[in-house]
Amino acid sequence: MAVTIDDVRHIAALARLGVDDARAASLVSELNTILAHMDVLSTVDTSGLDAVAGIGAFAAPLGADLGPPIPLVRPIESFAPQERDGFFLVPRLSTHEDPEAA
Amino acid sequence: MNGSAALPPESGAGALSAGELRDAVARGDVDPAAPVRAALERAAAIAACDRSGLNILLYTDADDARDQASAVAERGRRGAAPGPLAGVPVVLKDNIATITLPTTCGSRILDGYVSPYDASAAARLRDAGAVIVAKSNMDEFAMGSSTEHSAYGAARNPLDSARVPGGSSGGSAAAVAAGLVRIALGSETGGSVRQPAAFCGVVGVKPTYGRVSRFGLVAFASSLDQIGVFGRTVDDAALGLQVIAGHDPLDSTSAALPVPDYRGAVRGAMTGVVIGRPREYFPDDLDPRVRARCDAAFDALAGLGAEIRDVSLPHSRLAIEAYYIIAPAEASSNLARFDGVRYGLRLEGDGLRGMYEATRSRGFGGEVTRRILLGTYVLSAGYYDAYYRKAQQVRGLIARDFARAFGDGVHLLFTPTTPTPAFALGACAEPYDMYLSDVFTCTANLAGVPALSLPIGRVDGLPVGGQLIAPHFDERQLFAAAFALERALGAAAHR
Amino acid sequence: MTASSPPGDRYEMVVGLEVHVQLATATKIFCRCSTRFGGAPNANTCPVCLGLPGALPVINQHAVGLAVRAAQALDCTVRPSSAFARKNYFYPDLPKGYQISQFDQPLAVGGCVTIGTRPDGSPVVVNLTRVHLEEDAGKSIHDRYPGATAVDLNRAGVPLIEIVSEPDIRGSAEAEAYLTVLKRILEYVAVSDVSMERGSLRVDANVSARIRGESALGTKTEIKNLNSFSGVVRALEAEFARQCAVLDAGGRVEQQTMIWDSASGRVSPARSKEASHDYRYFPDPDLPPLVLHLEWIDEIKRAMPELPEARRERYRTEYAMIGASIVERLVASRAVGDYFEQVARQSADPKAAANWLTTEVPAALNASSSSLDQLAVRPADLAQLITLVNSGVVSHTAAKQIFATMVATGDPPRRVAERDGLLKVSDDDRLAAWIDEVLAASPEEAARYLGGEQRLQGVLVGQVMKRSNGSADPKRVNQLLAARIGR
Ligand SMILES: [Mg+2]
Ligand SMILES: [Zn+2]
Repeated sequence: MAVTIDDVRHIAALARLGVDDARAASLVSELNTILAHMDVLSTVDTSGLDAVAGIGAFAAPLGADLGPPIPLVRPIESFAPQERDGFFLVPRLSTHEDPEAA
Repeated sequence: MNGSAALPPESGAGALSAGELRDAVARGDVDPAAPVRAALERAAAIAACDRSGLNILLYTDADDARDQASAVAERGRRGAAPGPLAGVPVVLKDNIATITLPTTCGSRILDGYVSPYDASAAARLRDAGAVIVAKSNMDEFAMGSSTEHSAYGAARNPLDSARVPGGSSGGSAAAVAAGLVRIALGSETGGSVRQPAAFCGVVGVKPTYGRVSRFGLVAFASSLDQIGVFGRTVDDAALGLQVIAGHDPLDSTSAALPVPDYRGAVRGAMTGVVIGRPREYFPDDLDPRVRARCDAAFDALAGLGAEIRDVSLPHSRLAIEAYYIIAPAEASSNLARFDGVRYGLRLEGDGLRGMYEATRSRGFGGEVTRRILLGTYVLSAGYYDAYYRKAQQVRGLIARDFARAFGDGVHLLFTPTTPTPAFALGACAEPYDMYLSDVFTCTANLAGVPALSLPIGRVDGLPVGGQLIAPHFDERQLFAAAFALERALGAAAHR
Repeated sequence: MTASSPPGDRYEMVVGLEVHVQLATATKIFCRCSTRFGGAPNANTCPVCLGLPGALPVINQHAVGLAVRAAQALDCTVRPSSAFARKNYFYPDLPKGYQISQFDQPLAVGGCVTIGTRPDGSPVVVNLTRVHLEEDAGKSIHDRYPGATAVDLNRAGVPLIEIVSEPDIRGSAEAEAYLTVLKRILEYVAVSDVSMERGSLRVDANVSARIRGESALGTKTEIKNLNSFSGVVRALEAEFARQCAVLDAGGRVEQQTMIWDSASGRVSPARSKEASHDYRYFPDPDLPPLVLHLEWIDEIKRAMPELPEARRERYRTEYAMIGASIVERLVASRAVGDYFEQVARQSADPKAAANWLTTEVPAALNASSSSLDQLAVRPADLAQLITLVNSGVVSHTAAKQIFATMVATGDPPRRVAERDGLLKVSDDDRLAAWIDEVLAASPEEAARYLGGEQRLQGVLVGQVMKRSNGSADPKRVNQLLAARIGR
């Protein structure tokens, strides 16, 4: 399996990482170099094995449906890049340019 | 800076072990403000915070440190029992959330971010009377093995400033090695405490996955991440871990198990203890000088009465490959929250999409970008089974090897921590070359078992680390052996 | 067949529904922030639901319990071990860049909902694929500030279950019936307030058209943004018609997401550029498997509140005097049935209780567009009113008037009756006086009645009742009027 420039553009879009053409081209070779090492995994017989997610064999603990929440020692406006009336503000989504769309 | 740095000699409170200092504070012989001031003065003297100097610390705040110290003193005056770290200055890796100093993970994307809550480990340190004097430099989001990949400049090894301190917790390891503090916290995903401990000639312990709360540790790869402790000595590291270990209801992967007394672990003979020597960790091309140091350590262990037994962990040879699929996959998801919406850096672009892309592509450095893309790729439709699922299955095989070795009567394993001593800055041009410095350490992260690196001698003046690995949640046995080996090697560990 | 015949003649509408239901917990699913609706923006947030660096989720036990109860009520098989997975995508109101949901190991699988009966008596059953737990996203407000989207994360992390049906639903009427029955079951077992207005019940529909008689499914589209049952019906019809037209023109239906616009009554393709979703699901490494002890699953099952089906059967035997269609109306919602049972028990007159619950009570709720739990008249008061009627203290006519006052004031019936002079008057002198007044006010009718036109008696009794404000005893008024003409 080899990564193509289209793959790089696709995953860069999924990851919201703006990547220009030159960088995309170099990423193709960087990722392929790394992934070439990974191909050794395909030679391992793992039939009948469960994929382990996390090594601790614990069950998730369940918390009581009860406050209080973990407090913030500083309010949202102290760390929000843009805040107004308690809301976080972001540039409007392009799919919502007309204000009537919900 | 270039070549060996001549560090000024330590003096006064700075020369005491963490336990001795704490006892002196508890007795009232030492004002907590003094060691804190000494740590910050020494940091200034050796240019620890200086980008053109060692650059091992990113953030300090003398006023805040003084306030913390006087709060500890005040607690003492009010008659409260002194905590187990009363008045002990500590350094935290920059990915552990603290409400005072910034928490930026060595990344531009969190430039200026100060957490509105404390990590559980930070809170436990404060409760124990420790004074958090600095946040230390690190590879951005803990991705790297040299602390060169920090948005705030590369850190240097205090023992040889032309060399890296290792990473990703290089700043914390270096802070201990430089004599700023006796205890520092780092974090591990694939060897990021043990490898810099080895490179800097200090003790570094990575506890069992689940032993220390991850709440407030900024996630890199959640199934591997674990906070670890650096100490100048085994005792310093044991004391640090003692304070931060234990169940935390805020972390669902934290183990609800009692924490034994680490410092009270047997410090003498090792009669009846079986130490495994896994052959995969002593490959034919291992640097013979590193091998020689390990052999000397085995001799010392045998001299203490331990039985040395050859064992095999056959799937460990696949660890790097499995690790570099699992860790980037989880990272690609964990780092999605850095989107410029709620905190941290925001750079404007064309609309929302442009804001996301500008913020993330300019906020993350090259190595982080590469790993996010790699992780996105291995999780994406059509590749999940071949990469992520396969890597998790191999991880299971690696863990099973450890379980079998420990099940067959082996109590501990001993290996070199790294294939080589600290390399020069800029020596690892290819990402994969740097990944290989984690080859002996990342298996413990994949298997979730505890492991500890301690100095076992030097090669060309550079420290060599030896690694002890124990079964899940058996840190006490790990410390017992480390205490014994540290004592047996004595000054030879630093020669 | 010709293209001019209605599409329903040639094509069959095949529907599968995904219903998101907010669980009635006090705190969120992965943190202990309040789920209260309508707080100040971002007031109910913490490091976890803000997705701050380093924060970690802890599962809310009550959310799991409610989800298990819901799954059991829907006849699902609850799996003793399930897992949370991350669904990765970027959206400003998705704080972590992923939603914690369940993917290949859901909480419960299977299950079914019986939505009606065919003419031959066989049940119409919609099978369920799965029920899983997940967290809600926050809210993006696009029309509040110029050029900006405002993000409120109070809702982020509110617990949801997603109930996914098989494509077993045929036509929009069945879709509506399915939603009605589903909503009723969820209300009965009290896992949610099932309020569409508050967004605690939300529907996505998968719909395809297939030629009648064929067994293979056509290409489906997914319609989002359905926020009322009537909207579901209209959107399904509109999308079905669109698909049929495409097929009739020899085209192919494209698999895509459609957005329903209730104002225009049209569906249109989602404008997202990201046509191909790639959510990169993987097990959430922050959460070990959700392991449910069998004893807990059994305990939840044993504590299961009565389901609509069981209540219907019970009413049929316990209240045999009540007709089937009235029973149907009483079991339509748990609140109505609960209210009815209290009134029936306390008044010892189930028939009257049923009558009130299906006439005056819904009329009063309609008039004030409020719900039963907001009604000022509590069951004990309505039971007392029925007792007053049955014991002859107030008349039927007066009772309706008393009830209206009780609705407005919340006062108990006897106090209203006494204050408003609505106690039944059987005193002949007072009744005679009212009769005299009525006869005097309508001399023409009086003359005709007294002249022997007996059929006018009902009209005159009505006027007496009116003049007495409903307090006159109609039986005695009839007797007194009859006596006037010597009968
Ligand atoms: Mg969903
Ligand atoms: Zn919260």
